[in-house]
Amino acid sequence: MNLLLAPIVLPLLFAILALFALHHPRAQRALALAGTGLLAIVSVALLLSVRAGGIVAVQVGHWPAPFGITIVADLFGAIMVVLASLTGFAIALYSIGVHDRARERHGYYPLLLVLLMGVNGAFLTGDLFNLYVWFEVMLMASFVLLALGCEKPQIEGAVKYVALNFFSSALFLAAAGLIYGVLGTLNMADLAQKVAAVEDKRLLTSMALLLLAAFGIKAAMFPLFFWLPASYHTPPPAVSALFAGLLTKVGVYALIRTFTLIFPLEPTFTQPLVLWLAALTMITGVLGAAAQMEFRRVLSFHIVSQIGYMIMGLALFTPLALAGAVFYIMHHIIVKTNLFLVSGVVHYLRGTGELKQLGGFYRAHPWIAILFLIPALSLAGLPPLSGFFAKLTLIVAGLQQQAYLIVGAALGVSLLTLFSMTKIWGEVFWKAAPGRPEPDAPPALEPARLRLMIAAIVLLAAITVVIGLAAGPLFTLAMEAAGQLMNPQPYIEAVLGGAP
Amino acid sequence: MSIIVGLLYAAGIFLMQRRNMVKFLIGLALLSHGANLLIFTAGGLTRGHPPIIAEDATLADPLQADPLPQALILTAIVISFAVLAFALILFLRAYQTTKTDDLHDLRSTDA
Repeated sequence: MNLLLAPIVLPLLFAILALFALHHPRAQRALALAGTGLLAIVSVALLLSVRAGGIVAVQVGHWPAPFGITIVADLFGAIMVVLASLTGFAIALYSIGVHDRARERHGYYPLLLVLLMGVNGAFLTGDLFNLYVWFEVMLMASFVLLALGCEKPQIEGAVKYVALNFFSSALFLAAAGLIYGVLGTLNMADLAQKVAAVEDKRLLTSMALLLLAAFGIKAAMFPLFFWLPASYHTPPPAVSALFAGLLTKVGVYALIRTFTLIFPLEPTFTQPLVLWLAALTMITGVLGAAAQMEFRRVLSFHIVSQIGYMIMGLALFTPLALAGAVFYIMHHIIVKTNLFLVSGVVHYLRGTGELKQLGGFYRAHPWIAILFLIPALSLAGLPPLSGFFAKLTLIVAGLQQQAYLIVGAALGVSLLTLFSMTKIWGEVFWKAAPGRPEPDAPPALEPARLRLMIAAIVLLAAITVVIGLAAGPLFTLAMEAAGQLMNPQPYIEAVLGGAP
Repeated sequence: MSIIVGLLYAAGIFLMQRRNMVKFLIGLALLSHGANLLIFTAGGLTRGHPPIIAEDATLADPLQADPLPQALILTAIVISFAVLAFALILFLRAYQTTKTDDLHDLRSTDA
């Protein structure tokens, strides 16, 4: 099997197998674990081969490039696939620990695998319409995962999530149609060439803005982020961790891909616009988080503010800034997923996520407290953890561009992030447990299951530490990826020239 | 044709502003129809020139309709059909669990 198609085909294969085993939870769990594990191995192999041999492309069905659908992996795409697969593996491990019988019986694991397929497909496609299709695959799986279980808050969150995503898909579709009408192609590499040749950019700018709105909704950018904190805290912790880690990042990926390859940001109009949006996203997100008093809601608002940092890397639009954005995404996916997983453990052990009612966790479970501290401090950007290097890169890039306003915003937001992480730390772990008359406290978790959940968290925390310690080599990788983004010529040649 | 697209968008967005769940869904449906017709129109419309190369000709009819937008629309219709069906059931469940069809009452999960 071709290495490039494997990240898409493998999850599909395992999803089908898991569907056959729908009534055998044990077999399903084994399949999910094997599927995501294999996926992680394959995607690392893909990344290594892309790094060694340059951009690879496959023309599906042997239709030559501008006509057929192209699957293409450059370094950025391959890095994203690796991250998605690792997250998927950790989530599968954690879900087995959660052991939710009812959801397993209704196809939890197949949906998980289909979601991974959609995410990987979106990262690897080289065709605008195909990107729309992968978005829909991913969204459909996420809709069902979000609503599965039909608890009241879940349904309410799902209504908002589905409605807004449906709307943004309609915008995306309209933009794709208009682009085809004007330029006569949907292949991203071909589009890049044709857009560069067009003299009058006004019509194209309006299309670029349509895409900005569509992807901005999916990435939860200011002012389109309201659906995210309204829905992400409602499903079971494993699902919200998966969403938090991956889904908005697909939107960010699409933004970066569109505005580097197809419509490179223009210093006259689009670049300042995106820069402002990035700053406002950061600030509103972190202020929202400061006002919240529920574990997962705080984290949800932090996703919004972190998206701002990634968009900032795109908006500064220098190789260093883009490398910072890539590095930030690497760090963020792992850290954010991990924080949600920790919040899940807290939720399962105490039966609530309200900060006021929690406490005394450090005394009861010091190890969980330490495991929370690693991603939390990394999120706030304390050295030597991964977040520090990500933020440092972005801020250096901002200073080089003399964009002092956004650098100031980034630093201030960083401080507020630290504030709300210490708030969680103080409320959940440090303060004495409130005298809790809890008649309906859920039964304590079996140690074996808790161990699996902890294993997933340890895995991700270890990756965070490794990203922090191996920042040098990983940063070189991010620089190479950013170089490919800033100079799309090899990408175009790989897609259009090298038809096998 | 472009007037119809405009009307569909206007009606869809108007309905999406309503508080009633069913009207909201119909608005979404109209909006996706509008997007489909938009692709159809943007792809260029010609009448009576099927995209089939005649037996005795080697070149395609230069006036022929571009078949690709239609393939795109077909894909988009299937997808929006599936999403709409899912949304319909979801809204039904929302109605059953919350006992209201007023979107303004769905605020318990808002921040």
